[in-house]
Amino acid sequence: MKKLYYYIPFICFCFLLVFFLKQLFEEQSPSELPSVLLNKKLPLIELEKLEGYHFMSYENLIFNDKPFLINVWSSWCGPCKIEHDNLMKLSKTYKVPIFGINYKDEIENAKNFIENYGNPFSIIGVDRKGKEVINLGVYGIPETFIIDSSGFIKYRHVGPILEYDMLNVILPILKNLEE
Amino acid sequence: MITEFGHFLLALSLSISLIQFLIPAIGVKINSINMMKTSSLSAYLSFIFVLISFLALLWAYITSDFSVSLVAKNSHSLKPLIYKISGLWGNHEGSLLLWILILTFYSATIAYLGKRLPLKLVSLVLSIQGLIAVAFISFILFTSNPFIRVFYPNIEGEGFNPILQDFGLAIHPPFLYLGYVGLSVSFSFSIAALLIGRVDTLWVKWVRPWTLIAWIFLTIGIALGSWWAYRELGWGGWWFWDPVENASFMPWLATTALLHSSIVAEKRDTLKAWTILLAIVAFSFSLLGTFIVRSGVLISVHSFAADPSRGLYILLLLFLFTGGALFLFAKKSPDLKSGSLFQPISREGALIINNIIFSSAAATVLVGTLYPLFIDALSNSKVSVGPPYFEAVFIPLMVPAILICAFSPMLSWKRAVISNLYERIIGIFILSILITSILVFLYDGSPTAFLGLFLGFWLMLGTIYEIAFKIGIGKKLEIMLSRSINLPRSAYGMSLAHLGVAVFIIGVTVSSAWREDIEKSISLGDEIFIKNYKLIFSSYDKIQGPNWVADKATFFIFKNKIKIDSLYPERRFFPASQVTTSEPAIMSNVFSDLYVVLGEKNTENNYYSIRVYYSPLLNWIWFGIILMVLGGIFSISDRKHRLGYTSFKKLVK
Repeated sequence: MKKLYYYIPFICFCFLLVFFLKQLFEEQSPSELPSVLLNKKLPLIELEKLEGYHFMSYENLIFNDKPFLINVWSSWCGPCKIEHDNLMKLSKTYKVPIFGINYKDEIENAKNFIENYGNPFSIIGVDRKGKEVINLGVYGIPETFIIDSSGFIKYRHVGPILEYDMLNVILPILKNLEE
Repeated sequence: MITEFGHFLLALSLSISLIQFLIPAIGVKINSINMMKTSSLSAYLSFIFVLISFLALLWAYITSDFSVSLVAKNSHSLKPLIYKISGLWGNHEGSLLLWILILTFYSATIAYLGKRLPLKLVSLVLSIQGLIAVAFISFILFTSNPFIRVFYPNIEGEGFNPILQDFGLAIHPPFLYLGYVGLSVSFSFSIAALLIGRVDTLWVKWVRPWTLIAWIFLTIGIALGSWWAYRELGWGGWWFWDPVENASFMPWLATTALLHSSIVAEKRDTLKAWTILLAIVAFSFSLLGTFIVRSGVLISVHSFAADPSRGLYILLLLFLFTGGALFLFAKKSPDLKSGSLFQPISREGALIINNIIFSSAAATVLVGTLYPLFIDALSNSKVSVGPPYFEAVFIPLMVPAILICAFSPMLSWKRAVISNLYERIIGIFILSILITSILVFLYDGSPTAFLGLFLGFWLMLGTIYEIAFKIGIGKKLEIMLSRSINLPRSAYGMSLAHLGVAVFIIGVTVSSAWREDIEKSISLGDEIFIKNYKLIFSSYDKIQGPNWVADKATFFIFKNKIKIDSLYPERRFFPASQVTTSEPAIMSNVFSDLYVVLGEKNTENNYYSIRVYYSPLLNWIWFGIILMVLGGIFSISDRKHRLGYTSFKKLVK
């Protein structure tokens, strides 16, 4: 009996390995949107209002005249700050409407964040517990989704939007959708 | 031509490593001394070939030879020389070559020093090192070859991530790898011990300094990365619990546990199986780190370009080395004879608690890092694990570790008398509570700040008391002098390292609890008040660097109406890669850091968004780490660690 005890590390490791293998084969890259959600209607997400900012309900969200972005962010998230300048550019220079979902954040910090760095979001919803955005398949923040005018998810971007992503990925997709 | 030569030598070193793995292993099996003896020669040759091949690639980088695909992708002729060189390991292929270079360097060192070891042991160790080299060299040759040419070379390279253009980061990977790969030595020694079926005190004496070396480099490597994040990312933070940071932190925690358990194994001839397990786990963590960073299984801001086929290969390596080692451990380690018994309250007991805590901490970080992956695989729903988890779980774990750390060096081996201990530490306890209370009262601190400061002072005073006790403070001067000279360096090393932890804790606590930040839009001439400083935004220029142009702001810093300094935060634009980075300006002294970041300019009204952070005692974080590293270096210079080699020889003969 005593000997079996020594196999515990090995067994734990084997479990770990199974997960790694599964991840490696099933999903080629976590940065890509799981196929289940691509081209599907935006799932129902119920958010709270952030006092003092525009808010829009789900029904209004899925009927738009223009494709738009959903950006999940938080004031405590470092990479969110990195992409913030680019979000500002997207909204101010390229006039892309961005729907910001504030994720697991303190209301005060969230407000300070957009007051200080500027507000790229035309509307803001709050997901304090982080449970609603799971419906979107949010894995880690920041994440950004491109939604077409009839409310279908067209693209998912994981991680900060860098200049390259903005110019070479997001803007071309948006342009395509508008045409 | 030089590039092709490098390529050829790398391929040659693959075959030599194969020989280094096979011949000594067969030699051990059939008991052929001549075959075992070949191990050191192969180790030397392999190192020399890899070194030349590394230099060949380095030459391509230095001369900006853009016909080499890797150089074209990652370098730029306008880059300063130091970043051309560091560009070599700023990417997947090159960094792997560095990994192998360090691996073969360590093997050659073992071969050189191992002349004093029993031949069977050193041949087995080198054979395992050879196997690791085979695995990694074939990985690089077959999936990520750095020597591939392009047929229509570009005139200019594509540059590399400008945010990586920083001195601290340039030298960060070599240190980190010296640490990661250093763990391969204790790993190989453990496997050899399992195969031979014997762990003696002298085996531990050999493994300890290697572990210590790996620990020192790992500490420096992690600290450099964190220092870079602080100065370069522009958010005033220095640790983000990012998967890649965690990937380097897990081996560090395991190595720290290993360092402490090997003390027990050496001094008391017990906990041997555990020590071996930790050595295996520590190296596995460093392989896991390699996997996480390169496979794309977990995403992170600073991972290399992900490639699933590479991921599969590293997973295969992980399976081979970790799986094989753990299986061998399960089969063989029950036969290892365990040493003497001890009471729960003793030095051994305290060290075991240290081990339990550090292993749990490593497991905690592992779970937090991999949790999104588990959930995804099990339920297809996605979650994210952020700093709140790590802070909530990691910090409470560390509290008892620090509490015990302050007095465990005063405990005697085998069995400690509690009443003796009580007399010694009660004064320290009261004193540290008193100091903390006064400080928290004066500066209006939070309960968390109280806890952090208390732990810091408790550990600091405990450590100072312990070393003072050993020296015999209060006795005659001659006694004190002779005692302090005779005290082994490893004792000073330990105290220094523990003192470093104390300073680190105080730095972390104070810099986060009393941090102030101001973030606002200002125009030229505006003033910002933070703490007792006044900042005046006095001017704004355009400047030019070697491969960037920048907006540079000048801030005058006033304290008590006297101008004390100027700060120049910049926003750099790198035309080659079309990226803008922020260069924070930091006014740093022993007591505080003033950190200014220049944000985006609002073209409508010419306002600039500016962030200013004031963090007291932030430098103590780095001081603490430096002390820990110094402690490690002091320890390693101890005669004892070198004596191990010679006495081993005597004993074997």
